[in-house]
Amino acid sequence: MDDFSAALATAVRLIASFDPDLRAIVILSLGVSLTASACAFAIGSPLGTALAVYRFRGQGGLIVTANALLGLPPVVVGLAVYLLLSRSGPLGSFGLLFTPTAMIVAQAVLGTPIVVALAHRTAVSVWAAYGDSLLVDGASRLRALLPIMSMGREGLLTAFLAAFGRAIAEVGAIIIVGGNIRGYTRTMTTAIALETSKGDLSFALALGVILIVLSMAVSALSFLVGRAFVGR
Amino acid sequence: MNRWSKKLRAGVIGVVAAAAASALLWAPAVAQEKPQDAAQEKSIVVASTTSTQDSGLFGYLLPIFKEKTGIDVKVVAQGTGQALDTARRGDADVVFVHAKSAEEKFLAEGFSLKRYPVMYNDFVLIGPQNDPAGIKGKDIVTALQTIKAKAAPFISRGDRSGTHIAELSLWKDAGIDIAAEKADWYREIGQGMGAALNMASASSAYVLSDRGTWLAFKNRGDLGIVVEGDKRLFNQYGVMLVNPAKYPSVKKDLGQQFIDWLVSPEGQKVIAGYKINGQQLFYPNAGDPSA
Repeated sequence: MDDFSAALATAVRLIASFDPDLRAIVILSLGVSLTASACAFAIGSPLGTALAVYRFRGQGGLIVTANALLGLPPVVVGLAVYLLLSRSGPLGSFGLLFTPTAMIVAQAVLGTPIVVALAHRTAVSVWAAYGDSLLVDGASRLRALLPIMSMGREGLLTAFLAAFGRAIAEVGAIIIVGGNIRGYTRTMTTAIALETSKGDLSFALALGVILIVLSMAVSALSFLVGRAFVGR
Repeated sequence: MNRWSKKLRAGVIGVVAAAAASALLWAPAVAQEKPQDAAQEKSIVVASTTSTQDSGLFGYLLPIFKEKTGIDVKVVAQGTGQALDTARRGDADVVFVHAKSAEEKFLAEGFSLKRYPVMYNDFVLIGPQNDPAGIKGKDIVTALQTIKAKAAPFISRGDRSGTHIAELSLWKDAGIDIAAEKADWYREIGQGMGAALNMASASSAYVLSDRGTWLAFKNRGDLGIVVEGDKRLFNQYGVMLVNPAKYPSVKKDLGQQFIDWLVSPEGQKVIAGYKINGQQLFYPNAGDPSA
């Protein structure tokens, strides 16, 4: 247990001292993961809702795909994004590899299927309850999307939190596309991987404690803010 | 529709609030990034090895270089093989690695025009203090032969890093065809130097390490140096600018400036000045054309 108490003490000391390196790493982690999950939410929530509202050929396949992609391995997504953004890749001219933008792209790719699958599940039940009356009211399916999303916003909040949780916790994708560059693309998770490899296990664990506290704080805050707006 | 639009408005406000919150979080990061963006020309990407990063050399050296030139050096720390591949894809401006044969291949392929020797240190064979194979103080060839004969646990990097390449060549020197003769005792982990040392520490195994990473390594447990000082354990580092003719995106002026500084008397002095607990980690030798 010595390791754990040493780690806790280090964590407290790091937080109390407002270590500037640590602050930059924390800001980068939160910035990247919140932006990525916001992107995933912006893309995934209308998509998932549309999958519940519209009827078309191949719909079942898409729904299964979105759910199957819940297990998308971060390291594979990282590799694919790496190959796309590399100078020798199709999007190489933008010079995005080893930047925070590349990390946002990778995490947004990971988060989108989560949002699609959860938004779809929520929208299915809302649509079953209110879809017919909306259509009778004269709304087109397109115009029905927003009311359906609005009624399912509790579920959508969960979808956002799940995408954020996935993003803030993963290391496999961002260490490949970000390169773990000190002061530029080093996040909480890649810093933990680095400190572990340097054999500084208690410092790594201290960073881990801070990451868990942060991630819980952000999720709890989003949940409370969201619930205040949901009003239930 | 009124009922919906009211709830919708609440939902939209929620999303906007979330976006604003994330924008607020971003603001300091973006503000930090701004000067970097403005001075985009003033940063380079260096693909290097885990040993230069894990030993703390870059943490010591790069701030001094930045102070002097204003150039931000972004280090992507990988194994030597992977670092050279990153450069082959055009994703780095400079490579700073330690496997002369692999570096010369890189040159021959035209990915760089010139290799500059920078510094050296040496490899050490690390193992449990109680030395189950009984090889303490032996030369490296005898030590490896004994490890194999006694099937003592040995951790191999297995990742085409400079240290892995050196290890394979040492097995060859010992007259052992490791690819054919390896068995359970020989564990290829495919990870960095630190991870290999962590595993050796946890499983009381032998492992080849560069001295710099070993000196900076904190989770030693029961491990210690068992073989050192053999001439065959020499470890040379070299630096190369990626050929701008292959990739026009290469920042050749800034990259060359970094290389020129590393091999200059001033840069060499800084390298020699990096110490952990009074022990020097790297020995500059840019003046040695055969290195």
